Amino acid sequence: MRALLALSLFAAAPIGAPHPVPSTAKLNVVATTPDLAALAKEIGGDAVDVVSLAKPTEDPHFVDAKPSHIVTLNRADVLIDGGAELEQGWLPALLESARNSKLAPGAPGRISASVGITMIEVPRAFDRSRGDVHSMGNPHFLVDPLNVKRVVARIAEQFSQVAPASAPLFAANLAAFNSKLDAKYAQWQQALAPYKGATIVTYHKDFGYLAERFHLVVVETLEPKPGIAPSPAHLAQVITTMRAQNTGVIVVQPFQNRRTAETVARQTNAVVLDISQQPGAIKGTDGYFQLMDYMVTTLADALHVRR
Amino acid sequence: MSGGITAVSLRAHAFYLPRASLGSVASLALGHWSQVACTGVVMKTLLTLLVLTGVGSLSAQTPVDSIVRRQQRTLDSLTRALDAMGARLDSLSSAAPTPPAPSRPATGAYMNASFVGLTDFAWSTERDLSGLFLGDHDPRVRGFSIPNGELVLDGAVDPYFKGVANIVYKLDQNGETGVELEEMYFLTSSLPHNLQLKGGQFFMEFGRQNAQHPHSWGFGDQTLVNARMFGGEGLRSQGARLSWLAPTRWYTEAMVTVANSAGGTTASFRSDESADIHGGEALARDVARPKDLLIVPRLATSFELTNTQTVVLGASGAFGPNNSGSEARTSIAGGDVYWKWKSARAHQGFPFVSVQAEAMTRRYGADTRTSAENLALTLPKETLHDRGIYVQALYGIRPMLVLGLRGEAVHGDDGTIVTPLRGDRSRWSTNLTLYPTEFSKLRVQYNHDRRPGIGNDHSVLLQFEFLLGAHAAHKF
Repeated sequence: MRALLALSLFAAAPIGAPHPVPSTAKLNVVATTPDLAALAKEIGGDAVDVVSLAKPTEDPHFVDAKPSHIVTLNRADVLIDGGAELEQGWLPALLESARNSKLAPGAPGRISASVGITMIEVPRAFDRSRGDVHSMGNPHFLVDPLNVKRVVARIAEQFSQVAPASAPLFAANLAAFNSKLDAKYAQWQQALAPYKGATIVTYHKDFGYLAERFHLVVVETLEPKPGIAPSPAHLAQVITTMRAQNTGVIVVQPFQNRRTAETVARQTNAVVLDISQQPGAIKGTDGYFQLMDYMVTTLADALHVRR
Repeated sequence: MSGGITAVSLRAHAFYLPRASLGSVASLALGHWSQVACTGVVMKTLLTLLVLTGVGSLSAQTPVDSIVRRQQRTLDSLTRALDAMGARLDSLSSAAPTPPAPSRPATGAYMNASFVGLTDFAWSTERDLSGLFLGDHDPRVRGFSIPNGELVLDGAVDPYFKGVANIVYKLDQNGETGVELEEMYFLTSSLPHNLQLKGGQFFMEFGRQNAQHPHSWGFGDQTLVNARMFGGEGLRSQGARLSWLAPTRWYTEAMVTVANSAGGTTASFRSDESADIHGGEALARDVARPKDLLIVPRLATSFELTNTQTVVLGASGAFGPNNSGSEARTSIAGGDVYWKWKSARAHQGFPFVSVQAEAMTRRYGADTRTSAENLALTLPKETLHDRGIYVQALYGIRPMLVLGLRGEAVHGDDGTIVTPLRGDRSRWSTNLTLYPTEFSKLRVQYNHDRRPGIGNDHSVLLQFEFLLGAHAAHKF
C-alpha cells in the first residue's frame, strides 16, 4: 500500500519540465542516423557529445532496436530524428523502453529534422500496393543542402533552449556553418551545372532531393517500388529506359545490392557509383562537407566521363 | 486511364484560360519563389500545362506547321523562363537564413490501428493435431485453420500514458468465431527514477517468447516448454508490472509483475485445467492473502560483443498458488539467452544470424487430492518436477528470406501419476520464411515429433500472414 502511494506521488510529480543543462556539462545528443549526427557536431562543437544509433553502413530503415540503444536514449538530453517515418520500424520501441521525458515529441530535447521541410513524393493516398511509401513523403531529404540549412537552424535553436549557457557558441557555430555552406553550395552547383538535365538511376528512391536541387533527373530506380526487391521484368524495363535516355550512371548506397546494379550496368555500359548518404560509410567522408564534396565530385566525374 | 482524364480536363481548361492568365500563373509562381523551395514540381506542372494547352488547341482547326511553330515558341519561352528561374533560385538559395517552409498539416491519427491475419494449412501423420500442436494460435486440424486475427490499437493517451489493446478473433475447428481481449494495458511514459509501470491484462515478461505475440515468433507454433509451463495461451493475466532501468553503462532492466493467479492463462497456477498437471480434482480456491497473487520477477541484461554482435541474457521466475490444495504452490524458474549477428552493411536487416534459447524448470507442489479419474483414490502430497528447453537458430540469408532450425525437449519426473501433458517429448523443426515485404509472410515448416509410448510424427505447416495498418516497431 505504501509503495502504491509512493508511486502515485511519482506520477503526480511535474513531468517533462525542461531542466536546462548546467553549463559545465556537455549535452548528450543522440541522432538516429549519422548524417544528423554530423550536423549536430557542426552546431554543437565542444559543447556536445554526439552519437548515432544507426551505423553509417547500415540501412536506416531497418536498425535493430538493441537494448544498448535503450540505455543511450535513456541518458540523452537531446534526440534528433528524421521525424518522417524513416525510423518508424525501430525508434518507437526504443523510446517506449527508454522512458526519457526529455525526448517526448514537442519537448525542446526532441528535434524532428523534417519539421519545416517541404517534402517530395507525399502520397495522395496511403496505399501499400505502391510499396513502402511513407505517409509524410520521401524521408531522404538531407542530401539537399538547402534542407540542411533549415535543419541546422532548428538544431541551433533547440540546443540553445536546452543549454542556454552555450547559446552564443551554437549561434556562432551556426553562422560559421552557414557561410561555409553558402560557399560550398555555389561550388557544388557549379560542379554539376554542366550536367543539367543529365539522367541517373538509383537503387532506392533516395536521391530525389539531390536530383531536384542540382537539376539531375532520376529516370528509374532499380527497385520497382520503394522497399520492393528488383524483379527481372522491372530491370529489363530499367535497361530499356537507360538505353533510350543514354543514362550512364547507377548510384548505390553501401547497404544496397551492388550486384544487381552491376548486372544492369554491364548491359547498359554504365558505371556503378558507390555513394553513401551517411558520413563515415566511405573513407574520408566523416563530416558533412566531406560527404557532400564526395557526393558531388563523384557524380560530376562520372557524368563528365559519360559525356 | 487517369492520364486520359487529366488531359481532357486540361484541354477544357485551355478553352477558358487565356494565354495571358497562364503568364500570370508563371509570374505568380515567380513571386512566391522565395517561399517555395520545392520548385521542380512547379516547373514540371507548368511545363505540362503549357504543352497540353498547345495540344488542346490542336482541336481548333489550325494548320499543323503553325501549331508546331507555336509549340516551339512556347517551349522556347518556357526554357528561357526555366533558366531564369533556376538562376534566380541559385542566387536566392545562397542567401541566409532560408525562410521557413509553409507548415503542412499533421498526418496520422490519435492512435495506430493495425490488423494481423494468420491463415494456416497443416497436415500430419497424426490425425489429432491438438495433441501435437499445443499453442492457442497453432493449427488445430488437418487442413486450414484461422488461429489468429488480431486487432491492435495503440497510441499515446496523454503525455503520461500510452495505451495498448489487442483483440483477438479466431475460428475454432467448427468454424465458430471466438473473441478474446488478449491484452489491454497502459504504460507510463515518464515516471522518475527510470521507473515504468504497466497495468491491465498483458503477456508477462517471463523469458523471451512468452512476452512476444505469435506473429513475431521465428516459428509457426508455440514451443513445447512454453506450452507445458504456461499453457496454450501463454502466461498472461490481469495485473501490474513495475520495471526499473538500472543506471549502468550496459542495459540492465529489473521487472516485477504482480497479477491474478486464476484462469486459463495461468496454467501452472490457479487454473481450472490444473487436473491436466496433477491428475486430481481441482480445488476452487480464492485469494485469501496477498501471497495468493502471482509474482513474476525478471532481470535482463545485454552487451554488445562486437560492432555487429549483441547478446541478451535473462533470468525469470513465477511464483504463486495452484489449486491442487488450499496451501499448494508452484514455482517456475527460467533462463534465456539471445544472440544476434547482423552484417554492418545490412540491407533491409539482412543478412543476420540469431540464436535464441530458453530453459525452464517447474516445481508443482501438489497437495493431497482426490484423483480426477477415480474418486475413490486419494493422491498423496508430492512435488511434481518438470523441465524443458528449446534452442532455435535463424539465418537471414538475403533480404526477406529466413531459414530456421529448432530443437526442443520437455521432461516430467514420475509422480504418482503422469498425465499425458507431463509426458516426455522432443521435437525437431525446420522452416523457411519468405517476407514479400515487411507486411506479409509466407512460411513452410516441417516438424518431427517424438512422443515415447505414443510414436513419432511428421507434420507440415504452411502459413500466410498479413499486416494491415501501422508499421509495427519491432523490439529486439
